[in-house]
Amino acid sequence: MNEKTATLKKDFLFGLWQNVPPFRLMLGLCASLAVTGMARNSLAMALSVAFVLIGSNVAVSALRRFVPDSVRIPVFVVIIATFVTIVDLFLRGWFPPLSKAMGPYVPLIIVNCIILGRAEAFAFKNPVLNSLLDAVGHSLGYLWALLLIGCIRELLGYGSLFGIQVLGAWFQPWVIMILPPGAFLTLGAVLGFFNLVSRRR
Amino acid sequence: MLKEIVLLMLGSILINNFVFAYFLGTCPYLGVTDKLSSSLSLGAATTFVMTLTAPIVWLINNYLLVRFNLIFLQNVTFILVIAVLVQLVEMFIRKTSPVLYRTLGIFLPLITTNCCILFLAILIPIREYSLVTSLFFGIGSGLGFMLALIIMAGIREELSLADIPPSLKGAPLTLILAGLIALSFMGFAGLL
Repeated sequence: MNEKTATLKKDFLFGLWQNVPPFRLMLGLCASLAVTGMARNSLAMALSVAFVLIGSNVAVSALRRFVPDSVRIPVFVVIIATFVTIVDLFLRGWFPPLSKAMGPYVPLIIVNCIILGRAEAFAFKNPVLNSLLDAVGHSLGYLWALLLIGCIRELLGYGSLFGIQVLGAWFQPWVIMILPPGAFLTLGAVLGFFNLVSRRR
Repeated sequence: MLKEIVLLMLGSILINNFVFAYFLGTCPYLGVTDKLSSSLSLGAATTFVMTLTAPIVWLINNYLLVRFNLIFLQNVTFILVIAVLVQLVEMFIRKTSPVLYRTLGIFLPLITTNCCILFLAILIPIREYSLVTSLFFGIGSGLGFMLALIIMAGIREELSLADIPPSLKGAPLTLILAGLIALSFMGFAGLL
C-alpha cells in the first residue's frame, strides 16, 4: 500500500517541476506564446488544456486494453479532438469574449504535443489512477508556466495583472511585450533563467 | 483577382507569417533549425502538405459540413483529414520518388502534429476564402513557414561556434533570435 501511494505521489509530482511541459519538454509552445499576452487568457488556456489532458489521459488509460497498438495514434487523436470540441463549445457558449480572445488557438489544443505525448508516453501503459495524477501534475506544471509568462508580459506590457492596474501612472508600458516579438523574448529569457537555476542545483 | 492573390501571398509570407505573427509550428521550429538542409526539407514537405490541405479542407467544409449542418464536427474532421492526407502523401512519395522520401525522412509523418496545418484548416472557413484563394493561402503560408525556417537555420549555423552563455544555449537563444526576427518582420506590416 505504502509503495503504491509512493508511486502515485511520484507520478503526480513529476509534471510539477521535473517535467514542466513548456520548459523541460519544449512542448506546447505555440499556446504558451500565443495567448499569454494577458494573465487572464493564460489562465483560461491552461485550464482548457488541463481539462483536455485529464480527460484524454483517463480515457486513453481506461481504453488501453481495447485499442490495438497499430491504430493507437488515430484513436488518441480522435479522443483528444472530442474533448477539445467540448471545451471549444463550452467557451463559446458561456464565455464568448474569452473565446474570441483566444480565437483559433482553442481548437489548436488538439495538436498540443503535451497531450498526445502524455497519452503515448504514460496513459497508454499505466492504470487509470496513475494516469489521472500524471495528468493533474502536468496540468498544474503547465498552469504555473503559462501564468508566469502571462504575468510577466501583462505587467510589462500594460502595467496590470489580471486586468487590475498594478503599476502607477509613472509606468511607461513596454508595448513590445504584448506584440509577437515580446512573446518570443519573454519565453527565451524565462527559459534561460530556468536553465540557470537548475544548473546551480 | 490576380491582384487579390498576389496580395494574399505576400501577406501570408511576410506580414502574417505563421511563425512570427501567430507562433505556429514553434516545436519543429526549435527542433530542426540547427541545420540548413533539414530545415529546407521540412519546409518543403510542410509547404507541400499545406498546399494540398487548403483546397481539400475547403471542399469538405463547404460540401459536407455546411451542407449537412455538421459544423460542430469541424475540429475532429479537419484533424482526421490532415492525418489521412499526410499518410497518403507519405505513401505516394515513397512509391514515386524514393530519393525525396529519404530526404524528408521522419519529418513527413510529424507534419500531422504541426499546428500550422490545423490552423490553416481552421482559418479557411473563418476567413471565408474561396477555393482558389484558399489554395494560394495554403501555398503562401507554407512558403512563409519555410522562409522562417531557412532564416533561423542560417543564423544558427553561423552561431554554432560563437561563445554564448551555457544556460542560453539551444532553445532560449533560438527563441530570443526569433523575437528579434519577428521584430524586424513587423516592419513589413506597412507594406500593403
